[in-house]
Amino acid sequence: MSLLDVENLRVSFDTRQGVVEAVRGISFTLGQERLGIVGESGSGKSMTGRAILRLIRPPGRVEADRMALEGEELQSLSERQMRKVRGRRISMVMQDPKFSLNPVMTVGEQIMEAYLLHARDSRRAARRKALEMLEAVAIRDPERVMKAYPHEVSGGMGQRIMIAMMLIPDPRILIADEPTSALDVSVQRRVLSIMDTLVRERGMGLIFISHDLNLVSEFCDRVLIMYAGRIVETCEAARLHEARHPYTRGLLNSLPRLDQPQDRLEVLARDPAWAGGDA
Amino acid sequence: MREWLLSDSPASRRQARLGRLYAGWLTFRENTLAMVGLGILVALLLCAALAPWIAPHDPYAQDLAMRLKPLGTPGHLLGTDSLGRDILSRLIFGSRITLYIVTLVALIAPVAGLLVGTVAGYAGGAWDAVLMRITDIFLAFPRLVLALAFVAALGAGIENAVLAISLTAWPPYARLARAETLTIRNSDFISAIRLQGAGPVQIITQHIWPLCLSSLIVRVTLDMAGIILAAAGLGFLGLGAQPPSPEWGAMISEGRRFILDHWWVATVPGLAIFTVSLAFNLLGDGLRDVLDPKTGGSQ
Amino acid sequence: MLDVDGLNVWFGAPANRVNAVQRASFYVETGESFGLVGESGSGKSTILRAITGLAPDWSGRVDVDGRTIYRDRRDRDFYKTVQMVFQDPYASLHPRHSVDRVLSETLKLHGMDRIEWRVPKLLDDVGLGAKFRFRYPHQLSGGQRQRVAIARALAGEPRLLLLDEPTSALDVSVQAEILNLLADLRAERGLTYVMVSHDLAVVGHLCQRLAVMQSGRIVEMLEVEQLRRGEAEHAYTRSLLAASVAGGRTGTEGGAELSPAATGS
Ligand SMILES: Nc1ncnc2c1ncn2[C@@H]1O[C@H](COP(=O)(O)OP(=O)(O)OP(=O)(O)O)[C@@H](O)[C@H]1O
Ligand SMILES: Nc1ncnc2c1ncn2[C@@H]1O[C@H](COP(=O)(O)OP(=O)(O)OP(=O)(O)O)[C@@H](O)[C@H]1O
Ligand SMILES: [Mg+2]
Ligand SMILES: [Mg+2]
Repeated sequence: MSLLDVENLRVSFDTRQGVVEAVRGISFTLGQERLGIVGESGSGKSMTGRAILRLIRPPGRVEADRMALEGEELQSLSERQMRKVRGRRISMVMQDPKFSLNPVMTVGEQIMEAYLLHARDSRRAARRKALEMLEAVAIRDPERVMKAYPHEVSGGMGQRIMIAMMLIPDPRILIADEPTSALDVSVQRRVLSIMDTLVRERGMGLIFISHDLNLVSEFCDRVLIMYAGRIVETCEAARLHEARHPYTRGLLNSLPRLDQPQDRLEVLARDPAWAGGDA
Repeated sequence: MREWLLSDSPASRRQARLGRLYAGWLTFRENTLAMVGLGILVALLLCAALAPWIAPHDPYAQDLAMRLKPLGTPGHLLGTDSLGRDILSRLIFGSRITLYIVTLVALIAPVAGLLVGTVAGYAGGAWDAVLMRITDIFLAFPRLVLALAFVAALGAGIENAVLAISLTAWPPYARLARAETLTIRNSDFISAIRLQGAGPVQIITQHIWPLCLSSLIVRVTLDMAGIILAAAGLGFLGLGAQPPSPEWGAMISEGRRFILDHWWVATVPGLAIFTVSLAFNLLGDGLRDVLDPKTGGSQ
Repeated sequence: MLDVDGLNVWFGAPANRVNAVQRASFYVETGESFGLVGESGSGKSTILRAITGLAPDWSGRVDVDGRTIYRDRRDRDFYKTVQMVFQDPYASLHPRHSVDRVLSETLKLHGMDRIEWRVPKLLDDVGLGAKFRFRYPHQLSGGQRQRVAIARALAGEPRLLLLDEPTSALDVSVQAEILNLLADLRAERGLTYVMVSHDLAVVGHLCQRLAVMQSGRIVEMLEVEQLRRGEAEHAYTRSLLAASVAGGRTGTEGGAELSPAATGS
């Protein structure tokens, strides 16, 4: 059985300038696999993730024909039941780590809190677990980082702390929104390998949101490409470079390449027709 | 006009500012309860401004023949008190005193708190330690006791009562402002303005205050009820508004003696205090929605 | 333009002091673009923050434009010469200030005249039209915010621009736009850049020389040309290089090369 089943998901915002449709009817299923979602800024990637966790506040509206976690319809759960789902069964690494961490609480306390919220365990054990997790995400000197406040860690460390925090309750599904955008390749690999182990050994489902096409094509099993709130193309990750949609090609071409220096990078020329195209 | 105000690419600074005010007003208007609160406060304001014209009687005129008349007595809609004074008129004139107290306290306490809190939070170190210990000392005394001490030192009277209440009311605001400042002061946008050569005064007043202000304003409107009651409490102890003056709290304490047989004498001003406090609370809730920087945000 | 010699930066009290940067030395010629790459947490941002005075505790020598900087004394002149663009476009703009306010305030601080004329011009320079002038940050996308941040940094007409991962939070199509913008600005105004990045391809695109950092130290300094020829010596640089070139190549072979590493351990 698939872990997550989404059918015809729509997210819209009522604003004074009219209705903004951030996600316009997307459907996908997630098994015990690594599913990538790529797309340019504003294409609705984060909104998809937030909608699944029901984290969209008014004036945002979420509608879906079906949104089932292991067969259980998420839309019919009460807010209280939903709180139990968040973190323990589905957790999400938010895009903006520094924004999502509490600025006046130490990193260690926040990770321990995330753990203790879901596991009945002593503070000692929570501390040990938190240290282990920080070490796992390749943080040097985890003892010091435990005692640091969010503004005292670097951009990439903040991102890894967020990942540690979301993995510590051992969720069934992890939605990772740009989790590695501030990491260099070596650390990125370490972090990806943890997620990978969880997918393979514990059967976790991973939704990996990113704008890094190469990374997604290497790391994921399947990729959804979003444009203006729709899925314009779905393909095997390894075949991403053969993608046909002009938008995907455009994204691929705008990458700078070390082995082929260029004077100017290609900039994506958007075609309004893409937005209308069917998934 | 509406189009012009809500245009997403205003042509001038003035249009942008007006447009923003208008958008805020639209958000506020959607909140029915907040509108009710605003309505009550506007009514209060009108009462205070037009008191001499709308009050049916002189609030000080005693008529012992008419003392303690119940609600609905012809000519005395809300009855009369123990000296035969018309309660409705006293309420209307009392709204002036209430507004006076509220305005003064609302100006002094949060501003003092904001100043102390943001300076302590932004400067840190010794400044923080000293200012926050002073705040703690103020917080350690029961509020009314401290206010009593101040009034005793300054002398009884409504101005001094206001001053005393303000002096005891600022510490929570200072704490709030400091907490907000601590979360703000390390952000990149503060670093960025420092790199333009801005000094601490400019950073605190232009960059930190606007972010603390919204939560402070909300907090003040929510605290208004307590402030009105504190003023009433001082009046009750004979240290606030002095007897013939129709201050609502003093009216309650006068009516207290007849509460069993003539309940309306104390209850009517009590209801007035309750209504105005509630109005401030509702207004505070509405303002929270309008002032929250994230409403309409995309993150 | 910039000469850094034996720079040490630390945080906190002596008891639990964090030595974020140790004995870093490099120089940047006028008009050059210099890249700073390295592991996450290796002290790249800290070097930039020390130069601009945002990290107070440092020792060593920093010369900007031939003038030595002393620890706490940075005058208007300094801020007119050096400006910085921050890593996170979501955090570097005041949430309650409109674009217009951000830019006009900055212009005032730099003592510029004709502000009404300069604000639209700055917006034009970074490729944002006048219609963005009265927007608030929450009404802008990440790329647009970063452009505003660049406009703010350009307001005082600095000659040295410190860029802290200007594109890492942005998607590739916007990254291309920003990189082109930076290249154009440099050509037009003869700016000098120090650019921090963890992406060798980005540094390779914009810079001529680069330093590689690992745990607070500069471990290698080389030309981008050398990098392209694969002449890196330090093990860390070589691993970065291997991954970047593999990633840049099209087709499935790159994936095959990375996957074992990614799935291993
Ligand atoms: N509160 C809101 N009101 C109106 N529109 C909104 C709101 N929040 C988000 N949107 C719109 O929803 C769309 C999708 O946003 P989303 O955050 O999902 O983009 P994204 O694909 O994650 O982009 P990025 O790569 O920049 O993170 C955007 O076009 C945005 O403008
Ligand atoms: N205010 C601070 N107090 C204590 N330690 C700090 C502070 N700021 C940074 N550090 C530490 O200094 C080290 C270097 O941080 P820096 O931000 O320079 O890293 P970076 O190279 O920019 O990494 P990234 O690529 O992840 O942004 C980190 O270990 C960090 O924890
Ligand atoms: Mg997003
Ligand atoms: Mg950094």
